Amino acid sequence: MSEEIKADKVMDLRGMPCPMPVVKISKGIKEVEIGQVVEAHSTDPGSLTDFPAWARTSGNEILKTEQDGDVIKFFIKRTA
Amino acid sequence: MEAMQEKFEEFQAQIDALKNKTPDNKLSMIVFSGDLDKVLASFVIATGAVAMGMDVVMFFTFWGTPVLRDRNKSAGGKDLMGKMFGAMLPKGTGAVKLSKMNMAGMGTAMMKSLMKKKNVASLEQMLEMAEELGVRIYICEMSMDLMGFKREEMIEYKHMGFAGVATFLEEAQNSKIQLFI
Repeated sequence: MSEEIKADKVMDLRGMPCPMPVVKISKGIKEVEIGQVVEAHSTDPGSLTDFPAWARTSGNEILKTEQDGDVIKFFIKRTA
Repeated sequence: MEAMQEKFEEFQAQIDALKNKTPDNKLSMIVFSGDLDKVLASFVIATGAVAMGMDVVMFFTFWGTPVLRDRNKSAGGKDLMGKMFGAMLPKGTGAVKLSKMNMAGMGTAMMKSLMKKKNVASLEQMLEMAEELGVRIYICEMSMDLMGFKREEMIEYKHMGFAGVATFLEEAQNSKIQLFI
C-alpha cells in the first residue's frame, strides 16, 4: 500500500543548475512550519545526490523521491 | 556542599574550554584567483554552503581583488603604477577572463553565452545572491594598496569589510572548512 504524501508547498526548481536547487530549497523549507512537507521539482541530475546531502546536513527528512521523466520530485519534511 | 560547588565550577571551565576548541559551522575561503572559472566556483561553493546552514566568509586577495571593482566607479589621485594596474587588471565581474581557453576573449565570450543558455548563474548574479544570503566578504588591504585600488572604486556590498591576514586567520581557525582558491 503506498501512502499519498500531501505537500504543504510545491517548489518548481526545474531548469536550475547547481547550486540553485539547494539554495532555493534551503530557503523554501523555512517558509513552512516544522512537520510540514515541501514538494520540490528539479531537473538537475546532481540533485539526486545533493538533496540527500543537504537534508542530512540541515537535519531535514526526505520522505520520498520520485522520478517523472526528466523531473525529480522530492518530498521533504521540515524537521529542523 | 562547597566541594560540589568547586566540582561544578571545574566542569564549567572544562566545558568552556571544549567549546573554544570546537570550530563553528563556518566556511572560510581565500579567493586569490581573478579567473572567471575559479571565482565562479568560489561563489558556487559559498552560496551552497549557506544552503547547508553554514556561515560563510570570503577573503579576496591579490588577483581576486580587482574582481570586486565597480565598473562604473573610478578613483583619482593615483600614481603611475596605480594607474597602470588600474588599466591592466579587470574592472569588475564583467571583465574577468577564463583561466584556460580564453583565446583573446573569444573563449570567455563563448563560455558566458553557454552559461546563459544552460541557466548557470553569472558572476554578477552570484554576487547578488551571495549578498542576499549574507555571505561576508573581506578585501585584502595589502593587495588594495599594492595595486593602488581605492575603497571608493569597489562595489557596494552589504556585508563587506577591508582587512588583513589576522582577520582571515581568526575566521579560519574557528571554521570547519578552509579553502584557498
